Amino acid sequence: MKPGPLEGVRLTEFTSAWAGPYATCLLGFLGAEIIKVESRMRLDHSRNLSFSTGKQFSGPDESEVFNNLNLNKKSITLNLKEPRAIELAKKVAGVSDVVMENMRPGVMPRLGLGYEALREIKPDLIYLSSSACGQEGPEREYVGYAPTFAALGGVSYITGYEDWPPSNFMGAIDLRSATTAAASMLTALVQKQRTGRGQYIDMASQESIAVLIGDVMLDYVMNQRVQTRKGNKGYRIAPHNCYRCSGEDKWISIAVATDQEWEGLCRTMDRPDLIMDKRFAGSDDRYNNQADLDRIVSEWTRDKESYALMTLLQTAGVAAASTLSSEGLFKDPHVRDRGVFLEVEHPVIGNDWVIAPPWRLSETPAQINRHAPLLGEHNEHVFGELLGMSPEEIKTLEQEKVIY
Amino acid sequence: MKTFYGRFSYKVYKNMEDETINTSEVNKNTKGLPERALDGVKILEYCSLVSGPYCTKIMADLGAEVIKIEPPVDGDPARRMPPFPEDKPHREKSGLFFYLNTNKQGITLDPETPEGKQIFLNLAKEADILVEDLPPGDMERMGLGYDDLRTINKGLIVMSITPFGLTGPYRDYKGRALNMSHASGQAFLLPLLSPHANRPPVKVGGNTSDYDPGLVAVVAVLAALYWKGISGRGQHIDMSKQEALISMQRVESVTYANDQIVMTRTGNKTRMPGGVLPCRDGHIVIITPEEHQWNALMTLIGNPAWSKEPWCRDREARSEHADAINKLLIEWTTHHTKEEIFRKGQALSCPVSPSKSAEDLMNSEQLKHRGFFAEVTHPFLGPLKMPTSASRFSESPWLFERPAPLLGEANEEIYGERLGYKKEELEILKTKGVI
Repeated sequence: MKPGPLEGVRLTEFTSAWAGPYATCLLGFLGAEIIKVESRMRLDHSRNLSFSTGKQFSGPDESEVFNNLNLNKKSITLNLKEPRAIELAKKVAGVSDVVMENMRPGVMPRLGLGYEALREIKPDLIYLSSSACGQEGPEREYVGYAPTFAALGGVSYITGYEDWPPSNFMGAIDLRSATTAAASMLTALVQKQRTGRGQYIDMASQESIAVLIGDVMLDYVMNQRVQTRKGNKGYRIAPHNCYRCSGEDKWISIAVATDQEWEGLCRTMDRPDLIMDKRFAGSDDRYNNQADLDRIVSEWTRDKESYALMTLLQTAGVAAASTLSSEGLFKDPHVRDRGVFLEVEHPVIGNDWVIAPPWRLSETPAQINRHAPLLGEHNEHVFGELLGMSPEEIKTLEQEKVIY
Repeated sequence: MKTFYGRFSYKVYKNMEDETINTSEVNKNTKGLPERALDGVKILEYCSLVSGPYCTKIMADLGAEVIKIEPPVDGDPARRMPPFPEDKPHREKSGLFFYLNTNKQGITLDPETPEGKQIFLNLAKEADILVEDLPPGDMERMGLGYDDLRTINKGLIVMSITPFGLTGPYRDYKGRALNMSHASGQAFLLPLLSPHANRPPVKVGGNTSDYDPGLVAVVAVLAALYWKGISGRGQHIDMSKQEALISMQRVESVTYANDQIVMTRTGNKTRMPGGVLPCRDGHIVIITPEEHQWNALMTLIGNPAWSKEPWCRDREARSEHADAINKLLIEWTTHHTKEEIFRKGQALSCPVSPSKSAEDLMNSEQLKHRGFFAEVTHPFLGPLKMPTSASRFSESPWLFERPAPLLGEANEEIYGERLGYKKEELEILKTKGVI
């Protein structure tokens, strides 16, 4: 099998939850070697619990959430309350190109594992800190998870029904922060490749969300307008909504931008009369009369099957897509054809479905080689082979709860 | 203008024209500017609207030279998208276009004409990266597919961003951001919590579902660039917007496959108390997965008698009574302001935050302190503030080099100086509609 583009890059991470682990998981898909430093003293909560479903796991190696976010990695256990564990952590960092951490700001330097300390050992180290609000500033120590990042980043405020509170968010927010961190570490790797120098990167989850609504902020800068929630509405185009179909909780999204698409929709609905209807003549008219339009379209969709409608509309050149649930995604023929769901064999969980890397690279494929590591699975490999410690030494440190 | 703060002296630069930058202590690039990560990387962008332009914007902000190719006359349709000052559409005044294309150079070109195609090939010959977002097959039809480009530039990285990817039964389907939000599983879970399953799922707010694929694409492009640095070779990358969005919801996406659980926007029985709650002047978000965080929340609201009840005992018990507990929490939150709950809660290490509007973000002391906003100048929009980046690189500062290009602004420079076309030739190309 062809190697990934990042083959030869080694990264050590001191991260937990979702936003940290998935950042390095992305680089692992691309061929980097990822060593995860964790501890029995304080387990990564995604080994214990699924925030999404509330499911609790009885042991540290049973979590499919952890598996999905830590694929391809190696795991070592270090009890960072022990000075000898800190020394070992430094040694592992010393043979790494990149270190990532997402502890509360200030914790890593206090442990002696901050950028400046590690740079002493490895001058060209790349070091990324991911936190809620950044390493500096009055809110630097504020804590949060995906829902609070969505709120602090402004996406929550503009998502939802016009007549209803802002929407809460879940993991997808953390994974945006993770993707931003992955891009930032790659940026530094590219710079290091050219200059030989490493650097420190301070990334804030709040800002990783805020940058995705740049135009919404500029509306405030330009017009002092505070945008709120608009459901599925688009900008001066209609129909642009989600319509009920037959079956339980089945829907279709339809977006009509041009006159041609509008005509395509009218013909598909078998309502050629609407093409001549003055209320809907141009896109501004359709936008201004979208309530009428939405009534007409939903009347038409409500007793029809969502997939059948998608095919009909796409054939007529209209952008339409079924609203998919986790079940819908898993059963969708296109998603299946593209191999989006992959089954990974896990020694404790058994066969576990995960999501494949989101790109197809022609020369250096992104890939999933193995399940997420069991807790401490690679202690022997990393401390023994990589750092050259003897089996007795490792065993003693395990008994003394340093490697723990 | 520069601002130094923090241990690592992050540098935030304003408009290059009005300030003298003391760059004595930073490394400089060939332009005499502070060195940045992607200095010297040449990118060609043949994209419209948001996803592709956001992908190259991230790299332009990191020092890459991005040449944006727009169709002659009309330009990128993002120029017709809001916001506009006073809501008056103007092709040089779109805030969306401005945000997505700052630091890029812009040319107009119609590669469907024979001369246009040749120019495109000449540009692709010199580039490290091409990002394109045409419907599958269109580039090939024009003789500009990856196989064509590879023969003239084996080091070229081509990123193709499409709604559903370059293969599979839906490859030719259209998909706007609305559709992608719904086709990815994200919209199905929004808004959280919806009062009733009879109300429709909604897309993520703003243009977010269009920005996201641009961000996901950058990761693969930079990895390919790193590999090019080793091997000298380029490659073709196929990225579907649908998969980019699914990948960001990967945990929720497999709940049916593994556990036959279909999560919905009306919530499930195992959720924790908290979520979005009304307060005196808006909404706040509370999440307390850890016991000490729940205790901090109870301290914040004054340890009410009910917090000692058995149904508050542990996470499991609280999950079963989430609705009832939320009613009690709301009795307290509605008497307090966002700011008060935010500050006092965070002082107790309780994960709580206000639901911030754009106005709140623009006025945030934290964001100001971090230098998140840069004040830049644009010939039609004047001086204005814009968001920069979520990452502060100690060796690669965010830098404003040039405003978003006016339509065809760099035609003379790129066609004349770089490709050697004479003035008269350019006039002819213009009349023919090539540029």
